[in-house]
Amino acid sequence: MIDELLYFLELFFGGLTRGSIYALIALGYTLVYGIIELINFAHGEIYMIGAFTALIVAGVLGMYGFPAVAILIIASLVAIIWAAAYGFTVEKVAYKPLRGAPRLSPLISAIGMSIFLQNYVILAQTSDFVPFPRLLPDLPFLEYIGYIMGVSDFIILVTSTITMVGLTLFIRYSRMGKAMRATAQNRTMALLLGIDANRVISVTFIIGSGLAAIGGVLIASHMGQVNFAIGFLAGLKAFTAAVLGGIGSVPGAMVGGIVLGLCESFTTGYFSGDYEDVLAFAMLVLILIFRPDGILGKAKVQKV
Amino acid sequence: MFKQRLLKAALASVWFMVLTFPLMGIQLNRVDNVVNWRFDRTAMMGVGIFVLAMLWNWCFERRALGLPIIKLPDKVINTAYCLPARPLFRRGLPAAILLGMLLMPLVSSIYQTNIMISALLYVMLALGLNIVVGLAGQLVLGYAAFYAVGAYTYGILYEYFGLTFWVCLPLGGLAAVLAGLLLGLPVLGLRGDYLAIVTLGFGEIVRLLLLSQADITGGPAGISNIPRPGFFGMEMSLDQVTTYIYYLVLGAVLLTIMVISRLKNSRVGLALQALREDEIACEAMGVNTTRVKLSAFVLCSCWAGFAGVIFAAKTTYINPASFTFMESAMILSMVVLGGMGSITGVVIAAMLLILAPEYLRAFSEYRMLLFGAIMVLMMIFRPQGIVSSERRQYRIPSDRQNVTDNKELSA
Amino acid sequence: MNPVLEVRGLSRFFGGLKAVSDVSLTVHEHEIVALIGPNGAGKTTFFNCVTGIYTPSTGDVLLHTGDKTTRLNGKKPHQITALGMARTFQNIRLFPGMTVLENVMLGRHCRTKAGVLGALLRNAATRHEEQNTIDRAYELLRSVNLHNAYASTAKNLPYGAQRRLEIARALATDPSVLLLDEPAAGMNPFETRELENLVKDIRKKYNLCVLLIEHDMNMVMSMSDRIYVMEHGSCIAEGTPEQIRHNPKVIKAYLGEESDA
Repeated sequence: MIDELLYFLELFFGGLTRGSIYALIALGYTLVYGIIELINFAHGEIYMIGAFTALIVAGVLGMYGFPAVAILIIASLVAIIWAAAYGFTVEKVAYKPLRGAPRLSPLISAIGMSIFLQNYVILAQTSDFVPFPRLLPDLPFLEYIGYIMGVSDFIILVTSTITMVGLTLFIRYSRMGKAMRATAQNRTMALLLGIDANRVISVTFIIGSGLAAIGGVLIASHMGQVNFAIGFLAGLKAFTAAVLGGIGSVPGAMVGGIVLGLCESFTTGYFSGDYEDVLAFAMLVLILIFRPDGILGKAKVQKV
Repeated sequence: MFKQRLLKAALASVWFMVLTFPLMGIQLNRVDNVVNWRFDRTAMMGVGIFVLAMLWNWCFERRALGLPIIKLPDKVINTAYCLPARPLFRRGLPAAILLGMLLMPLVSSIYQTNIMISALLYVMLALGLNIVVGLAGQLVLGYAAFYAVGAYTYGILYEYFGLTFWVCLPLGGLAAVLAGLLLGLPVLGLRGDYLAIVTLGFGEIVRLLLLSQADITGGPAGISNIPRPGFFGMEMSLDQVTTYIYYLVLGAVLLTIMVISRLKNSRVGLALQALREDEIACEAMGVNTTRVKLSAFVLCSCWAGFAGVIFAAKTTYINPASFTFMESAMILSMVVLGGMGSITGVVIAAMLLILAPEYLRAFSEYRMLLFGAIMVLMMIFRPQGIVSSERRQYRIPSDRQNVTDNKELSA
Repeated sequence: MNPVLEVRGLSRFFGGLKAVSDVSLTVHEHEIVALIGPNGAGKTTFFNCVTGIYTPSTGDVLLHTGDKTTRLNGKKPHQITALGMARTFQNIRLFPGMTVLENVMLGRHCRTKAGVLGALLRNAATRHEEQNTIDRAYELLRSVNLHNAYASTAKNLPYGAQRRLEIARALATDPSVLLLDEPAAGMNPFETRELENLVKDIRKKYNLCVLLIEHDMNMVMSMSDRIYVMEHGSCIAEGTPEQIRHNPKVIKAYLGEESDA
């Protein structure tokens, strides 16, 4: 009985960990979609580049003998800043020139960007899996609950919770956050009210990419290795999470991420690990068919 | 003005050097535990971006002024416009190309012929995808799934029932059609970008199932020793059978071209194009959009199924790695480069994208990078593709004698 | 006169918002009926309910063709068009990349049959049907005076011509009712006059009735047989142009709007 409960808790926290990573990435999709109605296909690659950048910086610092805590902090910061810069650049190069183009053009451009970035990483670094250094410190107080929750799980949960709370506060109370919400509701009106839409879009990409990089660093230290392709799968799953919660909705992305993480964890734990990815894709397909507005999304009326 | 441009490009160059520095400029050597600083690459990046930024800004400035990006001399443009009208060009050029294609395997090595076969197979695939993406404007990202269904139909039916290529060819098409219906019926009502993602999800599900159902599909190892197509039970050497497959694929491509050009110029084709232009107006004008989409979808998946069977027969070995999202994306970039809905354009693009990396070895490493860049750049600078869709000429009543005889006119 | 389009007590809600509430309207054979009202009165929503783009929340939309009566509620736009009702859009929705002739040919889609198989075989029946489509489309272009531009791309037409092309495309579906959503929007007085004559000609030539939404009062008053006035989603008045001109409610609705502007 106790064993079963512990197993359940282990799966539950495992799912929560995964889910919060999905949620972090899903936020990037949802923010961008909310504002320019584009599925930013290259978002998964930004996450991958964030993880890669952290790995390289950590490697360099490690070789010069920096202490572990310093490495963790510096590598994460560099990863976040650089990923945000990549997100900003991708938007400027591949999406901005396509404002007002038919709806599918920016999507195709995004797919192209995604392929481009993957192969850029292959050419610049390698196509193999690269081990990610162990950066997370040991937390002695976790030994008591060590059965159900590892150090990395704990850190992931805490970090992502803080990040999401921060984001929610930012969107609700800051000037920029208000501008973002206004632009998401009605871009023309926001323009008329003197909101600089280009700036709002840039900031959205920067924030989304930064969040993805946090997710990237966390998951990379959790899994212990990265390669150029991790962004594709993680991106798709995070997109599933975003759709699950209702794309365009910030709390939706968080809920969707957690739900997807838990579903995956329990299926793997109680049935079989073979269908973990199939499950996510099947959920994606089914939600889009039967409830495209997600759990928390609102149905939109088509304008004619 | 010029100074400003230089400044802008220099800024971009610095920005990209900083941006790409961690990935380009640093390589970790884990064996000797040292850092390789690759400042050479960063410097090259800087120079490259400077040139590209100049070009980029120049292109946008031209476009802002309403000028074409590349201004060919009038003489060249005029000839280019007149050429298709000349009978020598209109009939002669395709005939010459066809003759060249027919003679090719007789003079080239097996290696060359094999490359040509895969290029032709891609032409066939790209033309098939062009029905849904180019004509109907519905973005499908899981095209490789239907290709896989065709290939695996042949592989499995041969392995378990010993069925031959010619029996499996229609069956592969049929299986792909069934898969297309299974997916198409529920999803075709979805909005464009959702449809793209759903088909992508479907493609991945098919691939993952192929991987996990190892007792039927062979899992990651796939199915090997699939026989090449037979020719009335004749024994053929490798050389002969390659030539034979070449003609088979060439025939399939010609058939594809015929089918698609007829479809495009038909009532259904017109409805598909209208669907691409404005779905709401199209439905309001009495077109059953779901049905029209479905027929395009079915035809497209059928073609992928055929191509899959031929692919399995050509390589004699299939595994899930041949049917990834990258495969779908590659075929999509051919359609994008060639021009949505244009047959000539897609044929040229598919040939170019397959043959160029084969023959220019320096290219092959950058192949996928190039595909990605092409999709972005085409969307920005030339969304209609290298060859914009040919418009059909219609015979209007005043061209004919019997206008007044036509009673339906006054109905 | 027999009614052709009959709408009874139609309402449409969006969440808590009543965009159209309890509107009844009838268009008789050979009649030109106008639907007017200030911006946001729910006219276009009403149109969209009638043409199947939205499903009405309550009420009936009935179409009488020949001796048959069909209830249109819940039918899809293409089915409604096939039953004999065609429309144009407030903000022109042509197929911009297709030629003028092709735009009209597409309107024939629901009156023709050739399928994929016919397209591939190109048999005699298919070719015959196709030539008929072309002939008919050309003839319609002639009646809106666009036949000389049949090969140009639709998006290259001047604004007024695009409006006329949209009408020709709608006519190609052989409608018994033609719904025009602000056909004169953005036109100069000369073009508006031309349009008025065109609509009257069409009505006569193709024997159909017309329901239009319009803001141009001169045009509405001179061409309509009857007028319905909507405000805040409800129908506030109905009558001949003369009656409407003197209806105090209508004057109030319009003056109220003007003092806002």
